[in-house]
Amino acid sequence: MSLLSIKDVSIDFGGIKALIDVNIELEKGSLTGLIGPNGAGKSTVFNIITGIYKPTSGKVTFNGKTISQKPYNNTKLGIARTFQNIRLFKNLTVLDNVKIAQHIHVQYRLLSSFLQYKKYLDGEKSQDKQAMDLLKIFNLDKHALNLAKNLPYGEQRRLEIARALATKPKLLLLDEPAAGMNPQETKELTDTIRFVRDKFDITILLIEHDMSLVMDLCEDIYVMNYGKIIAHGTPDEIKRNPEVIAAYLGEEDIDEKEILSIEGGV
Amino acid sequence: MIKLKQILKNRLLIFLGLLAFYGIIQILLSTNILNDYYEINIVLMGINVILAVSLNLINGFTGQFSLGHAGFMSIGAYTSAIITYKLGLPFPLAILIGGISAGITGILIGIPSLRLKGDYLAITTLGFGEIIRVIFLNTEYVGGASGLSGIPKYTNWTWVFWIAVITVVLIKNFINSSYGRCCVAIREDETAAESMGINTTYYKTLAFTIGAFFAGIGGALYAHNFYIIQPETFNFMKSFDILTMVVLGGLGSITGSILSAIFLTFVYAVLQDYAALRMVIYSLLLIVVMLFRPEGLMGTKEFSLKKLFKKGEKSSEFTVN
Repeated sequence: MSLLSIKDVSIDFGGIKALIDVNIELEKGSLTGLIGPNGAGKSTVFNIITGIYKPTSGKVTFNGKTISQKPYNNTKLGIARTFQNIRLFKNLTVLDNVKIAQHIHVQYRLLSSFLQYKKYLDGEKSQDKQAMDLLKIFNLDKHALNLAKNLPYGEQRRLEIARALATKPKLLLLDEPAAGMNPQETKELTDTIRFVRDKFDITILLIEHDMSLVMDLCEDIYVMNYGKIIAHGTPDEIKRNPEVIAAYLGEEDIDEKEILSIEGGV
Repeated sequence: MIKLKQILKNRLLIFLGLLAFYGIIQILLSTNILNDYYEINIVLMGINVILAVSLNLINGFTGQFSLGHAGFMSIGAYTSAIITYKLGLPFPLAILIGGISAGITGILIGIPSLRLKGDYLAITTLGFGEIIRVIFLNTEYVGGASGLSGIPKYTNWTWVFWIAVITVVLIKNFINSSYGRCCVAIREDETAAESMGINTTYYKTLAFTIGAFFAGIGGALYAHNFYIIQPETFNFMKSFDILTMVVLGGLGSITGSILSAIFLTFVYAVLQDYAALRMVIYSLLLIVVMLFRPEGLMGTKEFSLKKLFKKGEKSSEFTVN
């Protein structure tokens, strides 16, 4: 059984059809890319999966359960995400950013946080340890007590992924993780994402415009245009799909050379 | 990282410090070196500390702009006054029930109004505060517009000091827990907080309720300090007074709220002799502070002796080198 299944999902925003009969299946442990031109509906798919938008028709199931319309409940089911425009808790420390995301796994109750029982102290201690371990993996431990807003851009992106992982998700949604990165940073990010999938044993769905990253990383790719899925397949199949090429370049017959140039980045 | 023994030792030291401070003021009061006039103002400082710190939890830490604090305060004041004056029950019980009834009102008002954000929430809470006031104004049982008079004077330095200490400690502990961090996360970015699994409505209501509870306790102490309470005492100007303390001290700093509550109560008392100029000077002072420190006296930082000493050490090292 697939981990996430989006079945015939459509959504209208006051007459504008943002998604039309979208079908996506994610197998457990897979690394899938979702690509398409701007305005194709990729972020809308993310917002449907996380429960921010309610589909007009169709159904989204996660691990056999229908997803909730409350985003925080879906986090508890095991869905975590990052944002296209970084949304860290900027004025808090790097450590606190991670600790906030751990809160659904916190052991102590309200009363012991008021009175700071031993349970609270133990809870905080193990939270600190887990958070630091996670930061170490992302090479952010030396910044633990710095404010998130003072990190360089690439590290903020990494922190956002670390924060999402602190909720202990089964499915991680990455919204344009490489946006604004230089080729070197993108390369490192590719390694990080692959490492995360293997280390944490999770399923990843990512939206990305950087074709080199998508083609290099993803085993399975969905292509969207005008709210529809226009293609689905392995990177090689997608590269040769005439509809995909048309969607990106606006022409139908293009020779092999130009197709290869798509890989460089669109 | 955290050592239990060290924590216990620190707590003991803080407690001893507080005890010493309490003792000194108590001796000064009982020997009449500080007369009744001072006592009233010192007690008022304590009450304002409770009110400012509890409002800071809502406005500063959770980022929900509430203007209804005087409303919660009045519920605590009236409830406790009914319990001691009308029913003749003991004062500690009155304080507790005053707080609880304000807390329950906080839940009832919080659930519908906390769906709103920013300006809308501010207006709604302002409205609720006024509704509470008008209800008291039109209730004959509590004296209507002329208010309740003849409330026994139970509030004194001892009560106010220790309740203020408990308030500050409990709210500080709350903020340093996972629950408090969730509240701060909501202030920082509500969308991101929700996608981290934080039930934002729950945490906003929780902060609102805790804030209202302590406002009620502040109100109970207030009622038993001044012999008389009237609905007019708890109008929206009172809410603004408390808000001023919070903003001046720094939204998101407990020590800031404590300092500015004490400072503003002091300024207010000193200026009492210059009635005509009082509001002018008071306003000018606020404008000056806001111009030079728009984030408030403390910003979101906390004042701590430890840091002060550490800074001292560093600078001395620097000169040695």
